[in-house]
Amino acid sequence: MRDSKKTAAPAPVQWIKHKGLSNTGVLLLITISLFVLLYVISLILFADSNFAKYSVFFNLINSKAHLLMLALGVTVVLITGSIDISVGGVTGLVSMVIAVMLMEYGVNAIWAIPMSLGIGLAFGIVQGFLVAYLEIQPFIVTLSGMFFARGMISVINAKSVPISDPSFMSWSSAKVFIPFLYNVRRNGTHDIAYLTPAAIAAIVILIVLIIALKKTKFGRSLYAVGGNPQSALFMGINIKRTKFMAHVLCSVLAGIGGLLFTLFAPSGNPGNGYGYEIDAISSSVIGGVMLNGGVGLPIGTLFGVLINSLIERVVPLLGIVDASWPRIISSAFLFVFIVLQSVFASASTKGGFKLLLPQWMKFKRKHTAET
Amino acid sequence: MRNTEIKPVKIDSEPFFKRLLSHRLTFSLVVLLVVVVQNIITTPDFFKISMTNGLISGYIPNILDEASELVIVTLGMTLVIAVSGGVDLSVGAIMAIAASFCGLLLNGAEYRTDVFHNPYILALFVGLLGGGLCGVFNGFLVSRLKIQPMIATLILFTAGRSIAKQITHGQTIYIMNPVYKWLGVQIPGVPIRTTILISIAIIILVTLVTKLTSLGLYIQSVGINGSASRLVGLNSRAIKFMAFVICGVLAGAAGLVGSSSVGSVNSGELGLSIEMDAILAVALGGNDLFGGKFSIAGAVIGAYTIQAITTTLYAMNVRADQLNVFKAVIIIVIIVASSDVFKEKIKRFTRHLFSKNMSLGGLSDERQ
Repeated sequence: MRDSKKTAAPAPVQWIKHKGLSNTGVLLLITISLFVLLYVISLILFADSNFAKYSVFFNLINSKAHLLMLALGVTVVLITGSIDISVGGVTGLVSMVIAVMLMEYGVNAIWAIPMSLGIGLAFGIVQGFLVAYLEIQPFIVTLSGMFFARGMISVINAKSVPISDPSFMSWSSAKVFIPFLYNVRRNGTHDIAYLTPAAIAAIVILIVLIIALKKTKFGRSLYAVGGNPQSALFMGINIKRTKFMAHVLCSVLAGIGGLLFTLFAPSGNPGNGYGYEIDAISSSVIGGVMLNGGVGLPIGTLFGVLINSLIERVVPLLGIVDASWPRIISSAFLFVFIVLQSVFASASTKGGFKLLLPQWMKFKRKHTAET
Repeated sequence: MRNTEIKPVKIDSEPFFKRLLSHRLTFSLVVLLVVVVQNIITTPDFFKISMTNGLISGYIPNILDEASELVIVTLGMTLVIAVSGGVDLSVGAIMAIAASFCGLLLNGAEYRTDVFHNPYILALFVGLLGGGLCGVFNGFLVSRLKIQPMIATLILFTAGRSIAKQITHGQTIYIMNPVYKWLGVQIPGVPIRTTILISIAIIILVTLVTKLTSLGLYIQSVGINGSASRLVGLNSRAIKFMAFVICGVLAGAAGLVGSSSVGSVNSGELGLSIEMDAILAVALGGNDLFGGKFSIAGAVIGAYTIQAITTTLYAMNVRADQLNVFKAVIIIVIIVASSDVFKEKIKRFTRHLFSKNMSLGGLSDERQ
């Protein structure tokens, strides 16, 4: 009797344990409800700016397909307990290289794809090698990567290069309309929701990543390495190779992100991708990826990106024209979620407040007791 | 005879040359020497010092002047790196914020004026306070919430410039009052640029604080092993917090100096990518980027070396934004060379070579 009574009305924490909701689940739940809440608030506050339309919702994805790529890459790296802040630089570099390649050398637009993948791969291999095999702090390595990429942009070209290559522009402006999702405008025409090819590519890669992280050996070893490297080692996982692969994957995704960004804003500009690393990291963190590694889901990252995209859309409606406000608000969100994570992590450790150094901050000093 | 038998004691200390090679300052001094020699070759009047407009000018005073912001920032960065093993990425943004506060107070609502709306000293103080507040924010995140320093400071790194822009209402503030330039150019009657004097004063101040008080020792012990130093009774949280606040205040001071030397507050330009230079200077000065022991002298020499490299590259017609490529490569090389794994691999490689050479004369190798 008493047992059944207990299960009938459990305390919230017990309920969470009972339902098997881990930290991942709770953080994901918070993110999704935050997005829904924000969307509903903007629906009510800005009733005349079409938030109820399907097309507006899908445009949230269309305008941030590149950010989704960067954030997914950062997610993968963060899950292994590492970090990558060169993604913004890689994005800018790829867009500049594509612009110069198409406009000044007249190369066929199809070469933009291998080029962006190649740049990402090169960055990934170098950074991954330095981080995984030489065990240098990923932050320093990728900070240098970021400055290297930013410098290379201006070495290649210091001016803005608008792209007018016809086949590239046709990819850029193509729309794939989604059947049955439309609103009727006042004049009777249909406002059909659409996705750009870039958004479709991003969604396909997102689905592939969701499956890969859940089902494949590589995906599971990422979580194992980030969660507890010691036990991952005992399980026979090659930690160094896993970290290396994570960095390669992240930079390749950043390269793809650069391509998608160029499709979204077809010009090579020295300022392209500036500050995207913080957008990517904040999207991941808001999406429930723990900075300490081992926790996080790609689907959460999608919602993190959507929240960022929504902020960028709502802030101008509040009457703030200045472009710097979305970034301030996004940083504030990042701050709140980092604090939230810290609280979560300290609550889950029984011995009170433990030092929450992530795995890449644990230096190889053998006598350090604060691991 | 007896005296010669004591000799084995000397074996304990390494030979002079090896000790010189392993000294932490050697590397940065060698780099500085290379840069100076390169400059002497390309510019014959490198050591020439002349008086123009009552100011001592020339190549060397110029480098000292331009390096002053970097030196001030580097001092703070050294403490942060020593205490936490992470870096403070937000120093450039803090510079912009501090200068914006100062400029706002001096100019009031106008963005181009030569009348001070508030006392000069008050504005400087508020600027430093703004820097200190940013340091408090970073320090709170790092010491209380245990967030890794790089992530914690990444927040201000990106948001800081936008905040500074909001403080100045998105405009570049021009402060035309000649008094404002006292800090960054020259106090009338003093033949040396004020920036040089200020940077030297701050170097001396920080050195005294870390050497005369036990703060330097505490910072090193927290950086080497935080929990062990807590066990011996140090408040490692407070020490971390203090290091970040000091870094913020110093970055604020650098911002004031920087904005004063150009006579305006431009939140987008002030101290742009100085964090990279500061990290590079700390690393070049032989400090361990993983925290622990630090050397103020090394960091200062590192900072002057970086500025000398920058000035040299400028002279070779390299643009400011392209410099980052060189700096990124240099920092990676330094860090790779100082990483334990790399050293171990090199050691193993040389041992491997050595053993091969030994066996070259042997039969087994001749057969192959």
